[in-house]
Amino acid sequence: MSTITIREALNQALREELARDEKVFLMGEEVAEYDGAYKVSKGLLKEFGGKRVIDSPITELGFAGLGVGAAMAGLRPVIEFMTFNFSILATDQIINSAAKMLYMSGGQFNIPIVFRGPGGSAFQVSSQHSQALESWYAYFPGLKVVMPSTAADAKGLLKSSIRDDDPVIFIEQERMYGHKGEVPDDPDFTIPLGLADVKREGTDVTIVARSLMVPVALKAAETLAQQGVSCEVIDPRTIRPLDIDTIVESVKKTNRVVVAEESHPMCSVGGEISTQIMERAFDYLDAPVKRVSGADVPMPYAKNLEDLAIPDVNRIVAAVREVAYLD
Amino acid sequence: MSKQIEAPPEADQQRLQREQDQAKERQKTRLGNTGLKMGELVELYRQMLLIRRFEEKSAEAYVAGKIGGFCHLYIGQEAVGVGAISAIRKDDYVLSSYREHGLALAKGMSARSVMAELFGKATGCSKGKGGSMHMFDKSVGFLGGHAIVAGQIPLATGTAFATRYLGTDQVTLCFFGEAAVNQGAFHESLNMAQLWKLPCIYICENNQYGMGTSLARAMSLSDIAQKGCAYQMEAEFVDGMDVLAVRNAVKRAVERARNDYLPTLLEIRTYRFMGHSMSDPGNYRTRAEIEKYQERDPIKLFSASLLEEKILDNKKIEEIEKGVREEVEDALRFADESPLPDPSELYTDVYANPIQPGRK
Repeated sequence: MSTITIREALNQALREELARDEKVFLMGEEVAEYDGAYKVSKGLLKEFGGKRVIDSPITELGFAGLGVGAAMAGLRPVIEFMTFNFSILATDQIINSAAKMLYMSGGQFNIPIVFRGPGGSAFQVSSQHSQALESWYAYFPGLKVVMPSTAADAKGLLKSSIRDDDPVIFIEQERMYGHKGEVPDDPDFTIPLGLADVKREGTDVTIVARSLMVPVALKAAETLAQQGVSCEVIDPRTIRPLDIDTIVESVKKTNRVVVAEESHPMCSVGGEISTQIMERAFDYLDAPVKRVSGADVPMPYAKNLEDLAIPDVNRIVAAVREVAYLD
Repeated sequence: MSKQIEAPPEADQQRLQREQDQAKERQKTRLGNTGLKMGELVELYRQMLLIRRFEEKSAEAYVAGKIGGFCHLYIGQEAVGVGAISAIRKDDYVLSSYREHGLALAKGMSARSVMAELFGKATGCSKGKGGSMHMFDKSVGFLGGHAIVAGQIPLATGTAFATRYLGTDQVTLCFFGEAAVNQGAFHESLNMAQLWKLPCIYICENNQYGMGTSLARAMSLSDIAQKGCAYQMEAEFVDGMDVLAVRNAVKRAVERARNDYLPTLLEIRTYRFMGHSMSDPGNYRTRAEIEKYQERDPIKLFSASLLEEKILDNKKIEEIEKGVREEVEDALRFADESPLPDPSELYTDVYANPIQPGRK
């Protein structure tokens, strides 16, 4: 085990997979000579050369589509979006090409590609640079959507995503690149897609959280423990396919759920999780599922307003107390 | 209600006349200089005729309710696909827009598998899941009809990237209509292809209408070949009614691609004799305009020169006609008798590696 940042864990995953398979290449804006806008690809150009680590022009639709075409012809591209905000320009190729190619070709062309980069809120970068887009991508059959919250998950899940034969949307969190955690040193360490992780065990209330909300939920659970409330924190890690069984199992034990997420509430992944809990564990619920979401506004710039727009420990604590009928 | 439309701009009329004169000259002198054997010339003719008859029967089957959805016919444009694809190998890649039945046939897909796909049958090339706009056949390097205008252009750039990356000498032909040239995907792709020297040949089939909107009403610079210079890319204007002119231009481009990984932009001027799709009333152009282009029907032009050079005679033409009609009838019968996809197929091929969530 080594204690490293999420940034370093992702870098290790990329390095190991580039070394493992000649067909893997990394392409994106500033991934090579600049060492990555967020330094996730640091040193990779030097180690693997310009054939494998490629700076693209600022042309998201173009290089996303180029990646899908390269995958059709036998390569395994890793396409970095400097941030997922810019993937919006590439959605035609992600959705219409990557997600549907296998199906509409009657099973002939699978697309082993990873689209990765940071998503969610950052630090005061305002509306167009602070968006949680996972519900967009999770909507589409044919895509897999992954959102790690720890260094070990980041490494193990990115390696599995690169080895996977389908298109994977791999959303990192801009604020979390510096978060540290223990990561196994084994170069064959992977974490399977589609497997939720219980980040903290508890008995009174289940908190379902992903990405940035995982450390926030864990802090809330700490606070609540001091108040005599035992919380179980579940991180689905993969949004599509969703390991709803692990969540439902927890709900059957605690009978109360809070779903925390950075994204806007309308049509969110949290809304989907809440519905599936209602469908599968209605009789076990002692209170309605409570969602804690990002504010239903474009992200503001001013620090105080930005803080208000992102769920924090206090809001999760209040939500847990509400479903536990403590206040 | 039908509305009077403007005639094509004067410049285009002049160009058309020039093209016609040049084509006549070429047809006269060139058959002996193609390097093609007689049998190969006849095969070009047969393929064009097969596509024509196939599409005519597709139209009938569509009207009869056997084919659903959209159906974009290739009638009038046969020389482009046949001429271009005759200049590449089986292991080269072809990607196209949704007007791809003819291209699929030219790349070597069977009339049966294409017709069965149109009929939405399990025996179709895409197992009945793609339909008219999404024909695929990995075994002959046909990488799809793609139904978002210009969507195939970055994909083709990617297959060319992959062949260069893997060190093969395969090339990619990317077919698209002229309306795709106004999309960002076209410009983003050409920029990357020239920047990175990718062996992709961009074939703009300029049939002069993006659905019902004429080129003149949609493009500030309608000389499409000229756009190559924005990327320092080799570009050529080609008469798309002349199958040999198309073949020769593509051959030159293929050489550049195979030898030096250089991309090319070809503007191949053609004309679709039918509507945009089967549901197009066509009131944006005049009957006279269509007839003017039909005088230069690519199949008639080519058969005339083959007859003149005594490569074909009327008896042989009849034989080819008969063979082609039988092939299409056989395809129709096959499609009609084939089973629908099994209901269980609804949920197959969504993922290559389906994951049962929650399983370690």
